[in-house]
Amino acid sequence: MDRKDHADIASGRLSAQQLAQNFDDVAPPLDRQNALIAAQRCYYCYDAPCIQACPTGIDIPSFIRRITTDNLRGAAQDILGANVLGGMCARVCPTEILCEGSCVRNTGESEPVQIGALQRYATDWVFDSNTALFERAAATGKRVAVVGAGPAGLSCAHALARAGHDVVIFDAKPRPGGLNEYGIAEYKVLDFAAREIDWLLSLGGIRWEGARTLGDDLHLSELRRDYDAVFLGLGLTGVNALGIEGEALAGVRNAVDFIADLRQCPDLSKLPVGRRVVVIGGGNTAIDAAVQSKKLGAESVTLVYRRGSASMSATWAEQEFAKTQGVSVIEWAQPRRILGDGAVAGIEFEYTQLDDSGRLLGSGDYFTLAADSVLKAIGQTLIAPRANGDGSAVIEIRNGRIAVNAEFETSVRGVWAGGDCVGGKVDLTVQSVEDGKRAARAMHARLSGNGTAEN
Amino acid sequence: MADLRNNFVGVRSPNPFWLASAPPTDKAYNVIRAFEAGWGGVVWKTLGLDPHVVNVSSRYGAVQWNGQRIAGLNNIELITDRPLKVNLDEIRQVKRDWPDRAMIVSLMVPCDEQSWKTILPMVEDTGCDAVELNFGCPHGMSERGMGSAVGQVPEYVEQVARWVKQHSRLPCIVKLTPNITDIRHSARAAYRGGADAVSLINTINSIVSVDLDLMAPTPTVDGKGTHGGYCGPAVKPIAMNMVAEIARDPETPNLPISAIGGIGTWRDAAEFMALGAGNVQVCTAAMHYGFRIVDDMIAGLANWMDQKGYRTLEDFRGLAVPNVTDWKYLNLNYDIKARIDQDKCIKCGLCHIACEDTAHQAILKEKDGKRHFEVVDSECVGCNLCMHVCPVDNCITMQRVDNGSYANWTTHPNNPARVKETA
Repeated sequence: MDRKDHADIASGRLSAQQLAQNFDDVAPPLDRQNALIAAQRCYYCYDAPCIQACPTGIDIPSFIRRITTDNLRGAAQDILGANVLGGMCARVCPTEILCEGSCVRNTGESEPVQIGALQRYATDWVFDSNTALFERAAATGKRVAVVGAGPAGLSCAHALARAGHDVVIFDAKPRPGGLNEYGIAEYKVLDFAAREIDWLLSLGGIRWEGARTLGDDLHLSELRRDYDAVFLGLGLTGVNALGIEGEALAGVRNAVDFIADLRQCPDLSKLPVGRRVVVIGGGNTAIDAAVQSKKLGAESVTLVYRRGSASMSATWAEQEFAKTQGVSVIEWAQPRRILGDGAVAGIEFEYTQLDDSGRLLGSGDYFTLAADSVLKAIGQTLIAPRANGDGSAVIEIRNGRIAVNAEFETSVRGVWAGGDCVGGKVDLTVQSVEDGKRAARAMHARLSGNGTAEN
Repeated sequence: MADLRNNFVGVRSPNPFWLASAPPTDKAYNVIRAFEAGWGGVVWKTLGLDPHVVNVSSRYGAVQWNGQRIAGLNNIELITDRPLKVNLDEIRQVKRDWPDRAMIVSLMVPCDEQSWKTILPMVEDTGCDAVELNFGCPHGMSERGMGSAVGQVPEYVEQVARWVKQHSRLPCIVKLTPNITDIRHSARAAYRGGADAVSLINTINSIVSVDLDLMAPTPTVDGKGTHGGYCGPAVKPIAMNMVAEIARDPETPNLPISAIGGIGTWRDAAEFMALGAGNVQVCTAAMHYGFRIVDDMIAGLANWMDQKGYRTLEDFRGLAVPNVTDWKYLNLNYDIKARIDQDKCIKCGLCHIACEDTAHQAILKEKDGKRHFEVVDSECVGCNLCMHVCPVDNCITMQRVDNGSYANWTTHPNNPARVKETA
């Protein structure tokens, strides 16, 4: 291929008007009329399967019934009492595999109650009216450090502040929110992440300290010394590399960085995007990167995944959505070489197949896709917190994640952890919120002197 | 093909669907549209003596239930607020133009013989087919000694019916108010007075809702409300019971009944006629959806009659009356148990919680650690509650499990007043 120093990566491929349209709310909110119609479809199941399917156990039939009686405050209390990031979860949860996937209306009717949209309807009311739903208990005088301002950290901090403890949240990023702020597709979130955090912090008792990085200007030993308890909601900030030739060429990026740039970009017409984009991976990050590339005006976007669609961690609904947005999907192909001289020009793939024992093998058939931009989305990894100071505090890592007990306490007494960095059942916002909530419960018990996990 | 022609106290109409005396039959314009749509007849909105009444602005209140608009409707509108002559002229013209349709004129005048003597000849002169005496409206007019104020006193009902029969050759239908303790007394009074038929029910006294901001009942007229007449789908069960009570009352044998109350479909009509009604009158459903609903009422009733092999309306009229009985004659040996079709069950748990909390703890919610709903026959009394709460049609059915024997309360050992069986 011809040498070129700059791949065709440019901004302003679409008019500002077209961009605004492309990045508008992908699922516009229900108005009252439509919310009532949707809510009235709920059978108010007893011991409902949707509650069981929600990692945070929101009493869904209850909040939906409250919507039907115009008791929106009560509906929001149901939701945010169980999941303080219920507003975000209403937007980003893969409801098709959680609450809505378990709705009894799927049986015989195939159309579940729109639980996600209804949850957004009830919680939007809170944020739009800036209503305070929670009060802090009497001050305990205890101080807690939360490292990581993503869903797990925010959930933990809010619960502890409610319980009367004083919380400081540290995060390496300049703005709080974690993946809600930096890692989720714009069209799902718009400006909601920041509004939600403003509301959450308005409870009081939570101090925000951004641009503080653990192991850099923030040390676990100091936190343990200066605070009564520590929670780590570090997320997965490392990114897997492809480990193939050409990965360093200009135009090859991590999808998470592309998404973070997009989310922080005040003017999308200034944001560069490749003319021909190839995204590698099969998770939600891959989908979000692919769809947003298309929405920014990429001529072609191809998502390539090394296995079949059933193995993708992106749900079927996400996959379907990507296809409707003009993303081409190629399954059963793995990248072998990134081609180019200076800048990326193409990428060579080998088709894959499973052998009899289910192992993924190259088939020996190759093909090349021309590309101006390659976005890698093949998974994130834990950057383990470094032990320092007195050296006694070495946090145990197991299977690449922070090891915790049933109460989310790490191997270091007084240090809890939750969210993606501990790797629970699923890497979902809603699971991180639940982790933070449960950890807070254990931390509060310890801080109140009636802890159960004495050792 | 089913023959829907109706003959009610000698008044003929192409079908048994009349519009009740109400706003839809207030003037020629509406009535002509109704006839064009296919209605068999109308009962013209109640006429009174001049000077005509006046009405208020804000007249209807409605009950919405779970997204359904107008599950029940109430109104505080009075009788016609147009001059008597205008109405009479229009009635005459419309009857002339639509001779095959039933034209009944509803009347409400003060409870004295002279008033009736005055208005009846004028009405008769229009060429109408019959009169209906409005003894039912529970609001407004009742404060002036008319409407339900008459209908609630059987002696008045009888007296006025007698006057009307005396001063007019027209068939006389007495419209009964449900705002009484036992409808049979009103019907018997009409019967004694010589009425040719009764029609029921008029509206039920009601307050449909309270505006919690205004702290006033609806419909609200400048901050105040008043009780109004309730009608629509919600009142149908009440109306059907009253129709059945009259139909099986030996003191009013073969008294023709024009049924009114929540009728909106051919099925509603068929149910009322099975309970003995000679025809039906409709209002709320037409006010909700327009006159076009008669289309399906006609086609649906005809199709159902064809399917059942009923050639005329008389073939099925009253067939359910012998099966309306007193509780004491119900078979105490009859035993049914709920059956849950596991293939249809969507596992909502509503049958379980209804039975567990409010009935007989006869539905289990779990089997082998899994969500599964099953009836415990030994606890099930066959009450049907689970069947009614189940959102899936025919998922829960009731199966008869007794041996077919019969025994009722009249001879039951627990009945202190039991009839001793002869040894």
